[in-house]
Amino acid sequence: MAEDVAFKHIEKTSLIGKRIKKPDAPAKAIGKTRYINDMVLPQMLYGKILHAGRPHAEIISIDTSEAEKLAGVHLVITAKDTPDLKLGFVKDNAPLKSKVLCERDEVAAVAAESEAIAAAAIKLIKVSYKDLPGVFSAKDGLKKDAPQIQENFPGNKSLKFKFKHGDLAEAEAGSDIILDHVFNVHYVTHCCMGTSCAIADFDHNGKLTIYSQTQYPYNYKMDLAPALGIDPGDIRVIQPTTGGSFGAKLDVYPYEPVAAILAQKTGRPVKVLFDREEEFINSPTRQPAAIHLRTGCTSDGILTFRSADVLMDNGAYTSWGPTVPVIMMRTVSGHYRVPVIDFKAQAVYSNNAYAGSFRGYGNVQMTYATAQHMDMFAEELSEKHGMDPIEFHLKNAQKSGEVTPQKSYLRECVLAECLTTAAAASDYVNKHKTYTEACTEEGRYKRGIGLASSIHNAGGAKIHKSDGCGTILKMDDYARVTVITGASEIGQGIDAVISQIVSEELGVPPEHVTLVNNDSDIGPWDVGVHASRTTFIAGNGAKRAAIKAKKQILAAASKQANVTAEELDLRGGYVVQDKDGAAVIRLDRMLRQMHFQPTPDVVMVSDYYEPNSELEGKDHISDHSAAYSHAVHIAEVVVDTYTGEVKVEKVTMAQDVGRVINRMGLEAQMEGGLAFGLGFALSEEMIFEEGRLLNPSFRDYKVPTAPEMPEIEMHFIESDCEEGPYGAKGIAELPTIVIAPAIANAVYNATGIRFLNPPMSPEKVARAIWEKKQADS
Amino acid sequence: MSVKIKLDFTLNSRPVNIEVPAEMTVLNLLRDGLDLKGTKYACGEGECGACTIEVDGRTINSCLMMAVDLQGREVMTIEGMQEGHALHPMQQAFVDHGAVQCGFCMPGMIIQANYLVKQNPELTREEMKRGLEGNICRCTGYTKVLDAVAAVVGLNERRN
Ligand code: FES
Ligand code: FES
Repeated sequence: MAEDVAFKHIEKTSLIGKRIKKPDAPAKAIGKTRYINDMVLPQMLYGKILHAGRPHAEIISIDTSEAEKLAGVHLVITAKDTPDLKLGFVKDNAPLKSKVLCERDEVAAVAAESEAIAAAAIKLIKVSYKDLPGVFSAKDGLKKDAPQIQENFPGNKSLKFKFKHGDLAEAEAGSDIILDHVFNVHYVTHCCMGTSCAIADFDHNGKLTIYSQTQYPYNYKMDLAPALGIDPGDIRVIQPTTGGSFGAKLDVYPYEPVAAILAQKTGRPVKVLFDREEEFINSPTRQPAAIHLRTGCTSDGILTFRSADVLMDNGAYTSWGPTVPVIMMRTVSGHYRVPVIDFKAQAVYSNNAYAGSFRGYGNVQMTYATAQHMDMFAEELSEKHGMDPIEFHLKNAQKSGEVTPQKSYLRECVLAECLTTAAAASDYVNKHKTYTEACTEEGRYKRGIGLASSIHNAGGAKIHKSDGCGTILKMDDYARVTVITGASEIGQGIDAVISQIVSEELGVPPEHVTLVNNDSDIGPWDVGVHASRTTFIAGNGAKRAAIKAKKQILAAASKQANVTAEELDLRGGYVVQDKDGAAVIRLDRMLRQMHFQPTPDVVMVSDYYEPNSELEGKDHISDHSAAYSHAVHIAEVVVDTYTGEVKVEKVTMAQDVGRVINRMGLEAQMEGGLAFGLGFALSEEMIFEEGRLLNPSFRDYKVPTAPEMPEIEMHFIESDCEEGPYGAKGIAELPTIVIAPAIANAVYNATGIRFLNPPMSPEKVARAIWEKKQADS
Repeated sequence: MSVKIKLDFTLNSRPVNIEVPAEMTVLNLLRDGLDLKGTKYACGEGECGACTIEVDGRTINSCLMMAVDLQGREVMTIEGMQEGHALHPMQQAFVDHGAVQCGFCMPGMIIQANYLVKQNPELTREEMKRGLEGNICRCTGYTKVLDAVAAVVGLNERRN
């Protein structure tokens, strides 16, 4: 026996559920990390885009001659230099425009030797426009005499969705209470702290390297190539560190092909970087929607039907925004047990800003409506029939094994546990009763407590032919592990989760695992960071790859130690006897022995994990995620009835997380997700006037800051998802989805006023309180 | 072209002599002139705190200060907080408490947090919140940031 293993015993321990530090945090904390925004390539030029700044106009002429003459300017391009209509979900968008359909429209672009020269050159471009009458709401877009926005889309009709289940008329007849409201969900935007940026660089063979903030590097090539007239195979995507994303970079937006075209034509690398005002005006928004929701219920508190008619302002072009009904309808049909469903959605072109994907994707909008209806029923049933509000929710909560009308199979469903846990922890029922009684009393400050819940996909969402992720894992002679994964890091912490999982399987410290995941020429395919899928999908992939590597090592070790591989394990950097942890050989030695022999046995394994979900079809009947999860939020608020200010003091969250993997990362996602929902609920709003954004700055668009954050109490319910890595489910969107209606329900509890149209800004709340006072007196 | 002005100041404990255009901001001088890219641009108008640095022991938004006004002053940026390789205790606390996600706001946030603690080593959680109000973070929801600062202050038990 080698000296270093003599008498050494290593107990079996597990990292799962522990607090793992983000591997890239130290470099970020000392200011050493170079973000894409910080990058400078040799010979690099600076690209700048001239945006129309008007909502709807013909371009009569563009004079670029003055700009071209400016010293330091290399190139000025307009629509005539670029391919037409090759971008977006239905290919209705172009890198540069020959007609203006919205304020952000890209009219011309320059490449110059410095940012300052590029900015000066932009000002020298003279464009003469003929303004046209515009369409500034979905409703107006549908009018008979409305101007047509997109040539190929008559009547301004964009995407349309439908799902029906059961007999609506019969369900209505069988309902004792029918609620009928229109909820208007407003425009908000991501506000990534790192503004949008792309750097394009062509080589002498015509191959493009694009440094990008994209969240979906592999399909990104397919979406970018047509706008450049090149083969997707000739694009290499490099993802330098990015300052947040949250869904904003799940599509190709015009500045990216513009950077590439400038680079192609100048033969120099070109960087396009937005300033904050450009970021506000020229980034995708969350999809706004008018949701006409009708819900039925019996006097026993059993839900009978839900019908939703959703009208969406598409804006001028189609990105991911108007596809959100795919998720909205899962909420309508799956947020509690609802036997009869009638869902319709229509997107209508306008001259407004257009929406992209955004954390919570459609569900933020729809849960704002469904969760308020649930609260309205609970209020009415408790008032008229003395029903306990939690009992009402529990009666309708699905249980494990139930299947929704759209065939979402709720394998492990712990909605009931989430409800009872959050309610008990916050003393919901008692507080709710106390505040209801106090609601009509005099007094400036009113307290309220509100409950909301929702469901979301937690095992990916198969909207592409594959929802998979590739992993390549290798170990070197020193037992250091390199994991090459398709999964992107955008700040969410997949780096920590993957090193933790690999370390769990291979018995090496997490610090000995290096992640490579920012170069499409190196990484295997992944569909992208979205749909709360990365821990689930890439985590499973990493786990499977690590298990393959482990098997290979133990098989080799078993020959040496003369025991079966099943009797061995990897722990603490050693091969050990599984039963008592007795060390057999140091892992790095084992790896060297495997390597340096006549028939080398080197650890280089790969895996492609495809979840067992079904493709989202045209009929929307499929088990499109490998897991679903629920969350319940209970918000406690104080409303200042004089100023209208809503202060959220405490939020109690209970969420089905499947199994906690990285506790610290999980908490961080919950807190950050909550902050997004808080801003959406209370303060964030993009204000448009005739298609123009009136508040493109942090001064006038108020994102939450530290003082607004409530105390947060988290309860992780572990349902042990059979398909998830160690039982885990995806978690990152539910915190954003559930909080806003919880606050709205709390504000109702405090004031007796329903806010169907967020945000619940001080002006709006104060006005509503004043109006109620007038009406009551 | 623009007028250039000679400038002498101390940057992260080392002297700097440089000529700067009169209209250049401190932020641009640091990032483009001196290749200190730890200090971030995220709004350029004093609203987000990503560009926070210390000048003569007080924090300022470097996007709002002109470079020429640095004459004779002492500047500390995020790159100047460490001593040797070890992280500054505030930086380490941010790492240990999971306060760093995308990290873009963090240089400004950490400089500001460090300043607050230097000003008042007995900072309460409420005071931290107010002191960090000018620093926007879109990822973390601030809770872990406050945990990190609280740990430095030794306030762990006083979570409120
Ligand atoms: S960049 Fe200076 S405060 Fe935002
Ligand atoms: S960590 Fe991303 S903005 Fe703060």
